[in-house]
Amino acid sequence: MSEELLLEIVTPEKLAFSGTIDEVTCPGSEGEFGVLRGHASLLSAIKFGELSYVKDGKRTSYAVNTGYAEVTGSKVTVLVETAERADQIDVERAKKAKETAEQKLAKFAKEDPEFERAKVALERAESRLKIAGQH
Amino acid sequence: MALRDIKRQITAVQKTKQITRAMNMVAAAKLKSAQIRMENFRPYAIKFMDVLSSLALRVDTRAHALLAVRDPRRIRVILMTSDRGLCGSFNTNLIKTAEQFMKAKANEGKEVSLIPVGRKARDYFRRKAKVIHAHADVFRKFDMNLSIAIGEDAIPAFVAEEYDELYLIYSEFLNVGIQKPKVVRLLPLPSIGGEDVDIDKRIDYIYEPSDEVLLDQLLPMYLRVLIYRALLETSAGENGARMVAMDNATTNCEEMVRSLSLKYNKARQQAITMELMDIVGGTEALKAG
Repeated sequence: MSEELLLEIVTPEKLAFSGTIDEVTCPGSEGEFGVLRGHASLLSAIKFGELSYVKDGKRTSYAVNTGYAEVTGSKVTVLVETAERADQIDVERAKKAKETAEQKLAKFAKEDPEFERAKVALERAESRLKIAGQH
Repeated sequence: MALRDIKRQITAVQKTKQITRAMNMVAAAKLKSAQIRMENFRPYAIKFMDVLSSLALRVDTRAHALLAVRDPRRIRVILMTSDRGLCGSFNTNLIKTAEQFMKAKANEGKEVSLIPVGRKARDYFRRKAKVIHAHADVFRKFDMNLSIAIGEDAIPAFVAEEYDELYLIYSEFLNVGIQKPKVVRLLPLPSIGGEDVDIDKRIDYIYEPSDEVLLDQLLPMYLRVLIYRALLETSAGENGARMVAMDNATTNCEEMVRSLSLKYNKARQQAITMELMDIVGGTEALKAG
């Protein structure tokens, strides 16, 4: 009996990944969680961060944006708004986004809703840079 | 000299024709890729609706902030047009629809604000409407991030009760020749239908976080899905409209070249006849002398 698990990463642009894998780790909104074959059915929200899977002992990472993951016994469907493989992340754009967010943070007061938004944008850019850096 | 003028005009029209034909072909290629993107988007949309409606069946959605029905005193409109012109009446139709819609709402005493998407919408309404935030020069290359950015201008403000109703005006893509401006209400969200959910396909999941919180995250995503689809259709419509407009322009150029050539040949023939008569007249005169 194989221990394989089918993973699909679906974005509005394309089917980012589809294939059998051994293990996947998702950035759930309540914390990171790993899925192996035979996992109980689960529907979890996903927040931006690193999603990675292991196949033949090799780990591949994606930077993903909000969405959800649907887990059934043998299949994991990840529906996210964006997904970039670590080696395809646009580092320039992430750096620029980081700068813009930092400028906004300096400009707005803590009470301003813009401040909260800039903070999220900054975290997002930093996480993308981190994932790109690991590659 | 008239003959040379006509010749110059013919060359000019032929050059214009080359440009319009090239634009036609570029628009056709872009339309193709826009259609492929619409195709690629479908699995996401279908999968998303599956989960959303099966979730909506379990949770009482009426209390949710994005479904809150308030007395609609303040209206916000998202208008999508293209960034560039030369696509027939495509933008004019969209802008006209939006203007009428906004005027009608204003006449009812409602406060109207606008989020223009696309340069044409921004330029037209720059001084004519209360603009919240314009997104211009976005269509050449866009992805879900654009939809997220537009959502940022609309969703938090609705939750904060800064306005009461959100409408989206975009171009519905029926086929290459037909694009129709369409007005849809986005917020408050109409109740999410659970009719066509296959009961057998429903699986009892562990929800993480709870189903209510999950729905909290999925509803804004649903809006972004709707916005993204409208962006795709508008972009496809723009290129379809440009393709047709440029095809007509090319045909008109051909027509003009044909009538100018006729004129040119007539003038040329006339000139030759005149010269011949001169020569004949000259020789006759010499003979006579």
